[in-house]
Amino acid sequence: MSVTLPIYLDNNATTRTDPRVVDAIIPYFSNAYGNAASKSHPFGWVAEEAVDKARAQVASLIGADPREIVFTSGATESNNLAIKGIAEMYAEKGDHIITVVTEHKAVLDTCKHLEASGKSVTYLEVDASGLIDLDALKAAITDKTILISVMAANNEIGVLQPIREIGAICKERGIIFHTDATQAVGKIPFNVEDLGVDLASFTAHKMYGPKGIGALYVRRRAPRVRLSAQIDGGGHERGFRSGTLNVTGIVGFGEAAALCEAEMAADAARLQALRDAMEARLLAEIPECQVNGNREHRLPGLLNISFGFVEGESLLMGLCDVALSSGSACTSASLEPSYVLKALGVGDELAHSSLRFGLGRFTLPEEVEWVTEKVISEVARLREMSPLWELHLEGVDLSTVQWQPH
Amino acid sequence: MPYSDKVLDHYNNPRNVGSFDKSDTTVGTGIVGAPECGDVMKLQLKINADGVIEDAKFKTFGCGSAIASSSLATELVKGKTLEEALQLQNTDIVEELALPPVKIHCSVLAEDAIKAAIADYRQKNGIAE
Repeated sequence: MSVTLPIYLDNNATTRTDPRVVDAIIPYFSNAYGNAASKSHPFGWVAEEAVDKARAQVASLIGADPREIVFTSGATESNNLAIKGIAEMYAEKGDHIITVVTEHKAVLDTCKHLEASGKSVTYLEVDASGLIDLDALKAAITDKTILISVMAANNEIGVLQPIREIGAICKERGIIFHTDATQAVGKIPFNVEDLGVDLASFTAHKMYGPKGIGALYVRRRAPRVRLSAQIDGGGHERGFRSGTLNVTGIVGFGEAAALCEAEMAADAARLQALRDAMEARLLAEIPECQVNGNREHRLPGLLNISFGFVEGESLLMGLCDVALSSGSACTSASLEPSYVLKALGVGDELAHSSLRFGLGRFTLPEEVEWVTEKVISEVARLREMSPLWELHLEGVDLSTVQWQPH
Repeated sequence: MPYSDKVLDHYNNPRNVGSFDKSDTTVGTGIVGAPECGDVMKLQLKINADGVIEDAKFKTFGCGSAIASSSLATELVKGKTLEEALQLQNTDIVEELALPPVKIHCSVLAEDAIKAAIADYRQKNGIAE
């Protein structure tokens, strides 16, 4: 089996920009380089036309009106704009926000920021599979609740929250519903009307577009959502987000969205088959390993799996020819186990030895096979070296051992 | 994180992996660290009648630097008397493996494992320290 190393299996951190997207962007660097806000000459008109087309492509992917798309620098900015923008705009109506412990830091830290300035935030727990409890959500709602923010798909474990059901609850209670849909859009069907979403954050680079360009969907009717802008200036993006439009990024985002709309179903089916085969083989050939996150409600190309009795960093070292992560890329520099896995009740030891495999559009079947083989042999090799595995085989319950922590 | 060539070598080709019979009176066993901290080292020394370490084996649960530190420790103690082995410092391991500051604790763990194994041997054989 011949594969080119290193193999990229970190598509939930970012994706390769599709060559077709790159081709679409290039002309807007060298020829059509106008400012989309320049109304007085053809350079501006051409740029504006390109932005309009891309806005329609992005809107179409999520079933929105083009006027409901606000371009931002990425999903982190979109999350900040949505949550802070609502908290400020609806401050007279209430000061309570509900979110979930397994959200991305861009949501959690934005909420923490608001807490520091006097807002009140409820962080819902998740069950062992990573799903929230809708009854707990309903119970957390107060007459001061102005916003519920729940991610569509989790970045570490791929778990899909019941967005449609949450949308219905929000509608019934007259609460604005924001979802961080960064990992979902372009990977699985995501339609704002069907799901009853009022605000949705997403970004191009997770769906084979360029980095540095994202969007916030802002509902225009039933209800018309208002936001306080977080970046002031020339009043671009209907006043929601000032700043000269990133025309090259937007063109690439549009092209990436169009490709996802056309190819998503086939991509998802192929990735799910590859992921399922990988998962089945690892579970069959490696004793004492477990899949993290709900296996039914999960992104098609993601597999998060923990291997007992081996340590994560040494496992990553053994898999140095594979680009993958032991969780979120944003926290991979820290030696702390993942807060997402902890929220699922995964113990520190298992959380330390968890890997996230992220398959994508450009992942080849032989690459998945090569990685699967390598994981099986490395886990076996490290267990051969592991005193914990030896104790386990002797029948010792490790929780009864008197350790000497440092 | 970039690893030194020596860490990579010990990680890829660890020396003296394995176990001796714990109940053998000529064997001293040291187990240090804790799973929740991400490092557990088991170091075993086989000691002859002259008080010389004839053989050493290890098993380690931990990062590449922890594996390399314990692998190197087994090489360093072989052929030494217990007194000589007790003189080994974690800094000897840090230097040899070019460990970065965040991995110093791996070398400390290896030094502690040697000391624990020797203490176990002495206790088993009623030898005062």
